[in-house]
Amino acid sequence: MSPLIKIDSLTVGYDKVPVLHNVNLEIYDNDFLGVIGPNGGGKTTLLKAILGLLRPMQGKITFRSDIQKRNVPFGYLPQVKHMDRNFPITVFEVVRSGYLMKKNGVLSNSGIKQKVDTLIHEMGIFNIRNKAIGDLSGGQMQRVFLCRALISDPFALILDEPDTFVDNRFEGELYERLKELNNRMAIILVSHDIGTISSYVKSIACVNGELYYHPDNIITQEQLNSYNCPIKLITHGEIPHTVLKRHQ
Amino acid sequence: MNDILILFSYDFFQKAFLAAVFASISCGIIGTYIVSRRIVFVSGGITHASFGGIGLAFYLGFNPLLGAVAFAVMSALGIQFFTKVGRVREDSSIAIWWSLGMAVGIIFVFITPGYTPNLMSYLFGNILTVSKSELWWMFILITGIILFFAFYYRMILYVAFDEEFARAAGLPVSLFNYLIIILIALTVVLNIRVVGIILILSLLTIPQATANIFTKDFRKLLFLSSFFAFFGSISGLLISYYLDIPSGAAIIFTLVIIFGLVKLYKHFF
Repeated sequence: MSPLIKIDSLTVGYDKVPVLHNVNLEIYDNDFLGVIGPNGGGKTTLLKAILGLLRPMQGKITFRSDIQKRNVPFGYLPQVKHMDRNFPITVFEVVRSGYLMKKNGVLSNSGIKQKVDTLIHEMGIFNIRNKAIGDLSGGQMQRVFLCRALISDPFALILDEPDTFVDNRFEGELYERLKELNNRMAIILVSHDIGTISSYVKSIACVNGELYYHPDNIITQEQLNSYNCPIKLITHGEIPHTVLKRHQ
Repeated sequence: MNDILILFSYDFFQKAFLAAVFASISCGIIGTYIVSRRIVFVSGGITHASFGGIGLAFYLGFNPLLGAVAFAVMSALGIQFFTKVGRVREDSSIAIWWSLGMAVGIIFVFITPGYTPNLMSYLFGNILTVSKSELWWMFILITGIILFFAFYYRMILYVAFDEEFARAAGLPVSLFNYLIIILIALTVVLNIRVVGIILILSLLTIPQATANIFTKDFRKLLFLSSFFAFFGSISGLLISYYLDIPSGAAIIFTLVIIFGLVKLYKHFF
């Protein structure tokens, strides 16, 4: 099986200043990759490189041949905090924008409309279809942008910190949904919240200037050390949690 | 009422009325884009920079609007170039072009021999002196704007809302941005005669603010802004006629008063 995405000794950054060095990574069809690491470590940079928003300084990213044919091969859920909430746009239009100029299997206008309506119905936001995004709660907003990412039937879903500004109830719901979506597509999930992410993802990439790949989902002390500062995980009782041994 | 009918029989008033209609449509549409995208300040920079072209045209003796178009487009592209390529902070590069254009304009007007009679009408506008050829240009502009927005409505909306997402989806975002900025420059320049360089920002922002009280849907904003711009400029025009005050200022005042009344009404009812 050839990988969906193959990253080969990639160096990438902004304005000629590299943020990520020499990254090697392969993503396969049913991967669920959690990307963790400190702020400024290059998590978002990695996503942007995959999405083609940043050009590699060195190395390359290659996509499997069936992906290359698609205009919108990835569903992308950016950090919602970067969105202009006052922009005059309705929920329907935001979701529809995910269908931008898809090359293969272009639907008619009414076809797209139906597709959007079916998806937002599934996601439980059909009732806010004509609302402006400025009038939504954090959880609704997240669902809208998830719909936008999914409307193009992507090969892979790329999520940048979907857990910020979302209430706990929707967070759990989101991860359950991702688990289900993972049967159909690869998922790359960037998160601060290593505790939550660990139980859902199949593999973990630690990003801090470089990328360390862990083919399983167990968080080790070394991974936490890449934060470069002492961190504690704080939880309330009654949830199952694993405490890993300190490495000698 | 009879007075108004008589007014409409005057040639100058018919032209002024058409100018108000055309200005309302172009400013209503382009202004909605500007306000939604939060680039009001860029538009202010382009407007004021165009004064440089007007001054140069006075000095060399060609049509001031041509000079204004050249300077407006140049500053629009210049602002983008300074920001994206030159790594100058956007607000600073806007201010640089803004003041450079004004400075060039002042110098050329100063060294132009004799008195420059029309200068005030460029700075503060005079809808009653809009010429037939200017009306034709305004008509061509609104036709262009309407066609562009009708055919590319969704792309305009999507690029404006989330440029990065559109880029990731392979839309020609940069080309789009340049096209729109040129449309903004043309809109600003061709409407200078209506309300003037100093006041044009009002037609691009106040009707939009009023419309925004009623709707947060981009498409409805386009129509409603044009409507409020039209209503305000016609009322302003009549007020300026009856009170014998400058038309540009009267139009702005009317636009603001409409905004205030609507806002108050919505607040209390």
